[in-house]
Amino acid sequence: MDGVIVSPVLAVLLMALVTYLTRAVPMVFFRREIRSPYVKTFFHYMPFAVLGALTFPDVFTATGSVISSVVGCTVAVLLAFRGKSMIFVTVCAITVMYILELVV
Amino acid sequence: MGKNESGFVYGLKRGIPITMGYIPVGFTFGLMVASSGLPPWIAVFTSLTNLTSAGQFAGIRILLAGAGYLEIMLTTLVINLRYVLMSLSLTQKVDQGMALGQRLAISFGITDETFAVASVENGRLSFSYLSGLMIGPFLAWSGGTALGGLVSTALPPQLGSAMGIALYAMFIALIIPPAVQAHRIFGVIAISVGISVVLRYVPVFSFVSAGFRIIAAALVGAGLSAWLWPDREEQ
Repeated sequence: MDGVIVSPVLAVLLMALVTYLTRAVPMVFFRREIRSPYVKTFFHYMPFAVLGALTFPDVFTATGSVISSVVGCTVAVLLAFRGKSMIFVTVCAITVMYILELVV
Repeated sequence: MGKNESGFVYGLKRGIPITMGYIPVGFTFGLMVASSGLPPWIAVFTSLTNLTSAGQFAGIRILLAGAGYLEIMLTTLVINLRYVLMSLSLTQKVDQGMALGQRLAISFGITDETFAVASVENGRLSFSYLSGLMIGPFLAWSGGTALGGLVSTALPPQLGSAMGIALYAMFIALIIPPAVQAHRIFGVIAISVGISVVLRYVPVFSFVSAGFRIIAAALVGAGLSAWLWPDREEQ
């Protein structure tokens, strides 16, 4: 923690405040029902767009090596493709990665 | 949503996969903070008050790199601006008569995963459903962080590294099954991932921070898709 020049507690509280405002301001101040079919469809697609962009390409640098990350990602995609549950997919990916990191 | 499917217990059940998924990711966060030299309780304090994966990781990282308050706040803001879109989207699904205090409470529990699960439910989202959905993940996130902070020294480093995949495996498990069922969803993901990859690797865009990259990919991905494929499939 050589570089720390601010109070960690205050910094964390400010992070919490900023994060909370992004969630609460729309929820509290926007109560109108959106009627536009375009905007409705837009919001329907939003989570998939966000989660897709959060995952790729960052997943390939998620762990120690690109190779193990690609393998772990492939395992997760294949299991999810076959409709396996979220917890099963996550545990399998971690296990495969762990074995790989031990071997490689 | 039927009457028996709208309450706290149903929410709890729907939150179980998220709860299970948050333990290893929270754990990873606890590990990261503890191994950086900050006291483990700072990690738990962060998880209790922030309840967000990418924002916490990024915020603590630049804190450790010597950033000031403003830079830390801006980074957190940019990474978490997507919650504005999610919260806006949820305003269309929550009970219209939900009280102010209840809105303030459930706002705290909006994460990528609780949002993804809540937004695919049929019908209106009640306060009891949302609190059931959010309580498990909240406890798992903070509990996982505490565990990670406490055992950081006893853990084989390979396991810590392997856990880096947990967050992404969860995301993949959330988006792939709907994409298999609906080609439009696959299209949405393909467009946003394409934009994300271009912004990440094409040198011209190297000035775009991670937070703005996600926001741009999400806005263009969902915006373009809604224009290309206008109908909601399930209705």
